[in-house]
Amino acid sequence: MSVSDTTKRIIAEQAMLEPEDVTDESTLEDLGIDSLGLVESIFAIEEEFDIQVPFNANAPEESDFDVSSVASIVAAVEGLIAAQKTT
Amino acid sequence: MKRVAITGAGTINALGHDVPSTLEAMREGKSGIGPLDFPNVDRLQIKIGGQVRGYDEATYFNRQQIALYDRFTQFTLLAAREAVAQSGLSFGGELAAQAGVVLGTAAGGMNTWEDNYRAVYEEGKNRVHPFVVPKLMNNAAASHVSMEYNLKGPSFTVSTACASSNHAMGLAFQMIRAGSARAMVTGGSEAMLTFGGIKAWEGLRVMSRDACRPFSRNRNGMVQGEGAGVFVFEDYDHARARGADILAEVTGFAMTSDAADIVMPSQQGAGRAISGALKDSVMAASDVGYINAHGTGTAANDKTECAAVAHELGAQADRLMISSTKSMHGHCIGGTGAVELLACIMALRDGVIAPTIGYEEPDPECALDIVANEAREAKVSAALSNAFAFGGLNAVLALRAV
Repeated sequence: MSVSDTTKRIIAEQAMLEPEDVTDESTLEDLGIDSLGLVESIFAIEEEFDIQVPFNANAPEESDFDVSSVASIVAAVEGLIAAQKTT
Repeated sequence: MKRVAITGAGTINALGHDVPSTLEAMREGKSGIGPLDFPNVDRLQIKIGGQVRGYDEATYFNRQQIALYDRFTQFTLLAAREAVAQSGLSFGGELAAQAGVVLGTAAGGMNTWEDNYRAVYEEGKNRVHPFVVPKLMNNAAASHVSMEYNLKGPSFTVSTACASSNHAMGLAFQMIRAGSARAMVTGGSEAMLTFGGIKAWEGLRVMSRDACRPFSRNRNGMVQGEGAGVFVFEDYDHARARGADILAEVTGFAMTSDAADIVMPSQQGAGRAISGALKDSVMAASDVGYINAHGTGTAANDKTECAAVAHELGAQADRLMISSTKSMHGHCIGGTGAVELLACIMALRDGVIAPTIGYEEPDPECALDIVANEAREAKVSAALSNAFAFGGLNAVLALRAV
């Protein structure tokens, strides 16, 4: 399963939707995921990919983890895997 | 209805091991926040906190006591010792039966849980000390205070997360006001700065890695502290009759529930507690000169709290001073309202308003006079102390200068 598919599965599970209902363009708001849901999703992503996600709920825009859409989350996760798995 | 006086105060927290040193640090805008020091801190992402430093339990307690006193109980007993000594009360005869203890704590004996879980899970031991249960229980501190001072009336512990000690002090106030107790030892304590404690908080992603900057636009979360604040609340006439020095009068209390979200604060819930405390005190908004804010330094709390204050206090919101001393001692969770009540007493009694330190950038969503970075001298006749807990449980106390 690709990073994109796995990430979408995690987000779908959080949103209580089918994975195919989670598209690249979806925003967390569209999917009904609130701030607690986001924190829980990030936890699941960290566990799944064995990475650390730098995200502070107080200053999401300053965190180096763009949560503006599903595509941006997938891109951020891919970036973190590349950065953290090589070191 | 009886009036309620505060006749004793005690504390231990990151700013000082007693009230004078704590107030001195608040006046000088000192920070008690620094690198955390406990086992496995290297495995944490959050490495700062308002830890009580230079503290050796063996200085204050003997071996038998340490076997029974978790760190949160030790903090409570030290703060209670200072408060009861200042009050000048000794509890015997009829007064003993009319005096009790109400304390707040969120986690109780967390160090004891942690140490003993380590022993059985990590070290594989099959035996723990026989006093683990009485050491870790949330009411241990209240019980030891009752035993130490012969307080034979109503004693119990309340646990409402970050509002625990405000709820405790509010209940102590109500009991004296109603005449069901003559004196109450009250406040709260927390000692959650452990590897497990911070690891749990880290997960919520609301903690700052560098500083607690309440109301500042660049704030990035809370910083945890530890410690205790303990007070003697007493029937005002009883205090007057014995010529006690009254530090301040508690005049009102209100508690509300948001009934909405387990972590996100509500302006309406907070606002109803603020207006409720004013109403309970028969206090006009225009009387309030100082508010000790809940002011956690999270994005959500600070803007919600400022909106609630602005709405409930109306035009007075622009005139009064509001500060968050959590910027200095950290968020002492279940003990925080009690440590912060000291700032209210300092405002009412000494005319010194403790600052909000670490303030760097105005936030249009927190457009109140937050007493940035430096303490201020001002005459204040009435003050509020806010506490808004996870779980949407709000508790606000109102006090007047004597």
